[in-house]
Amino acid sequence: MLEHYLGLFIKSAFIENMALAFFLGMCSFMAVSRRVETAIGLGTAVIFVLVLAVVVSNLVYNYLLREGALAWAHPSLANVDLSFLSFLAYIGSIAALVQLVEMFVDRYAPRLYSALGIFLPLIAVNCAILGAALFMEQRDYNLVDSVVFALGAGIGWALAIIGMASIREKLRYSNVPAGLRGLGLAFMLTGLMALGFLAFSGIQL
Amino acid sequence: MAGPSSILGKKEREALIDPLFNNNPIAVQVLGICSALAVTTKLDKAIVMAIALTLVTGFSSLSISIIRNLVPTNVRIIIQLTIIASLVIIADQILKAFVPTISKQLSVYVGLIITNCIVMGRAEAYALQNPPLLSFLDGIGNGLGYSMILVIVGIIRELFGSGKILGYTILKPITEGGWYQPNGLMLMAPGALFIIAILIWLLRTWKPELQEKE
Repeated sequence: MLEHYLGLFIKSAFIENMALAFFLGMCSFMAVSRRVETAIGLGTAVIFVLVLAVVVSNLVYNYLLREGALAWAHPSLANVDLSFLSFLAYIGSIAALVQLVEMFVDRYAPRLYSALGIFLPLIAVNCAILGAALFMEQRDYNLVDSVVFALGAGIGWALAIIGMASIREKLRYSNVPAGLRGLGLAFMLTGLMALGFLAFSGIQL
Repeated sequence: MAGPSSILGKKEREALIDPLFNNNPIAVQVLGICSALAVTTKLDKAIVMAIALTLVTGFSSLSISIIRNLVPTNVRIIIQLTIIASLVIIADQILKAFVPTISKQLSVYVGLIITNCIVMGRAEAYALQNPPLLSFLDGIGNGLGYSMILVIVGIIRELFGSGKILGYTILKPITEGGWYQPNGLMLMAPGALFIIAILIWLLRTWKPELQEKE
């Protein structure tokens, strides 16, 4: 049992890394990876929101949207299938969740708020979050599975952006061809990192 | 001047054409790269995704521009998200009905059009300040800029990765008795990143005013 969860964690963090294998959350990955400190801030915020968002989406999917999910409300609703609404339901709950988390952190952990503050609203439209929720639905994870999956995916994404930021900090003093400066080189680097992460795909779980 | 351009004024033309090269959403504004990389292993997937995104961007800009004076600023994000998500649901249902195999291959990336920054970015940056027709053209133009990159990357990846274009064999691979050794890297994640990097490099060498000063 433990093996199953460990396997799922390693798979979602390394083998199927959100940023490097599925290109999710690339926009903020490119934009916020200039400094290690901010990368750590954004990475932490993503782990936090990703876990909450996937859990909430899992509950929404299993108790409201999927075929027969509404049977608990009234037996006549047992045949209702609302799964086509999943996009709207997930993005709505993610946006609401981010707002709540922001208010909560602001009230009870002001220091964390000042560290994460600017990144929290950005996260609502980070495709890694919505992507994870959609993967959860597609792969039919149960509640515990989705917690482990979300934790792995979040940590994997955070590791990738922190690694990327460290490389870009080192690169500041190198002489890069003019056309490749900035964005172009960032893509090259991500490609090389993705190549490195391909090595994990040999792991048998 | 005859042709379609004479129907549109100068401003309309700019809204439609500018995003193709000078202000390309992917190569210049760095928006919406996630799907550009993920769906381009085969050209047909890339084309379907490009059409879906172009139409969603166009119509979301149109509808957001129509209601731009009615929506209070502090709830505008959630309203935009709702509009975009509804349009994406329509697109997803259409794809599921008419091209079910491609829709399966695109998996979660159709849903991810919602968080594609191009759609949201154009709504925020353009549709909130401009009249409906201009916004619609701007949305379509940005969608086309995105489509152009997607199709180029799709052609390169499918041709060199499996020797085919749209499923027709162009370079006959060794496994089928031909001469071409397919380059597997092209079909994997790093290949896509390298191709985008090279495209950006070429574009910025051609148009040096786009280069970044670091």
